[in-house]
Amino acid sequence: MREITYSEALREALRQEMQRDERVFIIGEDVGIYGGAFGVTRGLFKEFGEERVIDTPISELGIAGAITGAALTGMRPVGEIMFMDFMTLASEQLVNQAAKIRFMFGGNATLPFVMRTPAGSGTGAAAQHSQSLENWFVHIPGLKVVMPSTPYDAKGLLIASIRDDNPVIFIEHKLLYKIKGPVPEEPYTIPLSTSEVKRSGQDLTVVATSVMVKRSLEAAAQLAAEGIEVEVVDPRTLKPLDAEPIIRSVMKTGRVLIVHEACKTGGYGGELAALIAESEAFDYLEAPIVRLAGRDMPIPYNRTLEYHAVPQVENIVAKARELAQGRI
Amino acid sequence: MNIEKKIELLRQMYTIRAFEEQAEQLYALGKIHGTMHLSIGMEGSAVGAIAALRPDDLILSTHRGHGHCIAKGADLQRMAAEFMGKATGYCRGRGGSMHIADPEGGNLGANGVVGGGIPIAVGVGLSIKMQKRDQVILCFFGDGAANLGPFHEGLNMAAIWKLPVIYVCENNQYAMSCSTRRAFAIPRISDRAAAYGMPGVTVDGNDVLAVYEAVSAAVKRARTGEGPSLVENFTYRWRGHSKSDANVYRTREEIESWKKKCPIQRFRALLIKEGALTEERAKQIEQQSYTAIESAVTFAEASPEPNLESIEEGVYA
Ligand SMILES: Cc1ncc(C[n+]2csc(CCOP(=O)(O)OP(=O)(O)O)c2C)c(N)n1
Ligand SMILES: [Mg+2]
Repeated sequence: MREITYSEALREALRQEMQRDERVFIIGEDVGIYGGAFGVTRGLFKEFGEERVIDTPISELGIAGAITGAALTGMRPVGEIMFMDFMTLASEQLVNQAAKIRFMFGGNATLPFVMRTPAGSGTGAAAQHSQSLENWFVHIPGLKVVMPSTPYDAKGLLIASIRDDNPVIFIEHKLLYKIKGPVPEEPYTIPLSTSEVKRSGQDLTVVATSVMVKRSLEAAAQLAAEGIEVEVVDPRTLKPLDAEPIIRSVMKTGRVLIVHEACKTGGYGGELAALIAESEAFDYLEAPIVRLAGRDMPIPYNRTLEYHAVPQVENIVAKARELAQGRI
Repeated sequence: MNIEKKIELLRQMYTIRAFEEQAEQLYALGKIHGTMHLSIGMEGSAVGAIAALRPDDLILSTHRGHGHCIAKGADLQRMAAEFMGKATGYCRGRGGSMHIADPEGGNLGANGVVGGGIPIAVGVGLSIKMQKRDQVILCFFGDGAANLGPFHEGLNMAAIWKLPVIYVCENNQYAMSCSTRRAFAIPRISDRAAAYGMPGVTVDGNDVLAVYEAVSAAVKRARTGEGPSLVENFTYRWRGHSKSDANVYRTREEIESWKKKCPIQRFRALLIKEGALTEERAKQIEQQSYTAIESAVTFAEASPEPNLESIEEGVYA
C-alpha cells in the first residue's frame, strides 16, 4: 500500500470530507495560506477558498464558540487550536457549552464538530507549548477524545470524527506528523471507540497512547530479541473507551504496563489502571498494574531535561523487562 | 534627553540586533533546540519604551522578547546561556528563548502564550498600588494579542482601578500569517483604548525617540495615579514569524521596503546629523555591541548543561 505521513493522512481526510460534504469547513489560526503551524492544512486554502478554510484572529475561545454555534445550526466544522496548551483558552466554550448543550436541551440538538490540536513535547518548545492535556477533556461527559498514533489511524479516525454527531477533541502529536505509514487512498472510517492490538504477545500487555504507541512498539521489538513477547494495545479513542481488548489482553498476559506522555498524577493511566482493577482481569493479574508516564512537572526547555521528562523507548524497555521478569 | 542617554539607546539597539543575528547563526549551526522569534527591525520599540522607565520599574515581555530583555538591562551572558539552555542561564536552562525572565532586574518574563502577560499586568499593578510602591509595570504584547479575551479583561480592570500599567502594543502588522487588515475591523489598535477609558496613541515604532516620548507620557500618568495607557508602536518584523515560517503571506517588496526604514540606521543618522556622534564613534559602538554578544555566546557555549538529578527542582517552592 502507498505510504504517506501522518500529516498527509490528516490532510487527505480533511480534503475528502470537504469534497464529500459541503457542510464541512476548517477554522483556526493560520490554517489558510500558512497551511497551519504544522502544515496539516497546507494547500486546502487554495483548493477550497477562504470561505471554507477560515483564518481567525488569535482568539481560541472565539474559535471554540464558532464551531459550537455552527455545529448547532447545521454545519460540520473542524476547528484547529495551534497547540494543545491553548485549549485552556478555548475550554469554556468546549467544556461548559459544547459538551453539555445536547444534554441540557434534552437531546434536542447535535453538535457535530471536531477540534483538532497537537499535543506533546520533544520539539524544544518548552513549558507552554508541550503539554499533553487529554485527560482534562476525558473528564468531561459529552466530549469524545481521540488520539491517533499512526497515519492509518489518523485518516480513518479523523473521517469518523467528522461524521460523528458529537463534539470530538482530536489530539495529534507533533512528533508523529512526519511519520510515514500505509494509508489507503480512498476514504475509510475507523469507528470511534475501537481499541486495537498493535502487536500481539503473551508475556506482558502494554497499553499506550499517541506517540507512546510508537515507542512501545520499538520497545517490544527490542524485548522480542530477548525472548519477551509484549502485546501492545492502543485505545485510539480515550473516551468513550473500548475496554474489551485491553481487559482481554490483560487476562491473557497477567501483567500490564500503561504508558503515556501526560503527567502521571491525574493522567489517563490512572483511569485505565482502575478500570483493569475493577474488571474480570483482576483475578488474572500476576503483578501490580504499573504506570510509566510523564514526570509531574512542566516540560523543560533544555534538550536533555526535556528528553528525561517523559517516557522514552529505553524506559519502556526497562520497565517492561522488570515486569515481565517478575521483579515488580 | 541628553547625549549620553541617546548614545546608550543606540548601543542597546545594536546589542539587540547583534544578539538576534548571532541567535540566528547558532540556530543555523544546529546549536539551538526548538524555535525562536526574532525582533530584528523592531528594536526602536523595545528600546524606546524601556528608556522611559526607571531601573526599578517592571516589564512583562512576549515570545518576541530578546529586545525587551536586553533593553531592561539583562546580563548578556546569563541571557545567552538561557537561550542555549545552560545551567548558568537566567532560568537554569528550563525556560529557553521564549521564557527568559529576570525578576530581580524587573523583567517578569517573556511569555509563550500570546496575550498571557496582559492580565498579569493587572495583578502587578494592583500589587504596586496595594504596597504603595512608586513603580510602574510596562506590559508588551503584539497586535495579535489584542484580539484575545484577556486583552479586554485586562485593560478594563487596569482602567477601573487606575492601576500603574503601561500597555505597549508592538504592532508589527502580522500575527504569524494574519495581517492586521484581516484581523481588525478598525484602523488603529490604540482606538480601543477609548472603550476602556484610557488614553491611546499610535506612534512610529521605528522612531525610538517618538516611542520614548509617548511611553514617557504614559509612565507619568501611571506614576501619578491617573491610571493605565495604551501605546501602539507601529513597526515591522523583518524575519519570518519563527524559524518555521516560509513568509508566503507577504511580498519580498514589502519586506524590503521596511528594511529601508531600519530604526537603528535612522537613529544613527540622526545622531550623526545632530553632531552627537561621529561616523567613527558610531562604528565603534556597533562593533562593541557585536563583541559583547560574541563574548556572551562564548560564555554560554562553555557553560555546563543543567544537572539531570536536578530535573524536578523548581516545580514547587
Ligand atoms: C494563545 C496563543 N495562541 C496562539 C499562539 C501561537 N502563536 C505564537 S506567536 C503568534 C502570533 C502572535 O502575533 P502578535 O501578537 O502580533 O506578536 P508577533 O509574533 O507579531 O510579535 C501565535 C499565533 C500562542 N503562542 N498563544
Ligand atoms: Mg504581530
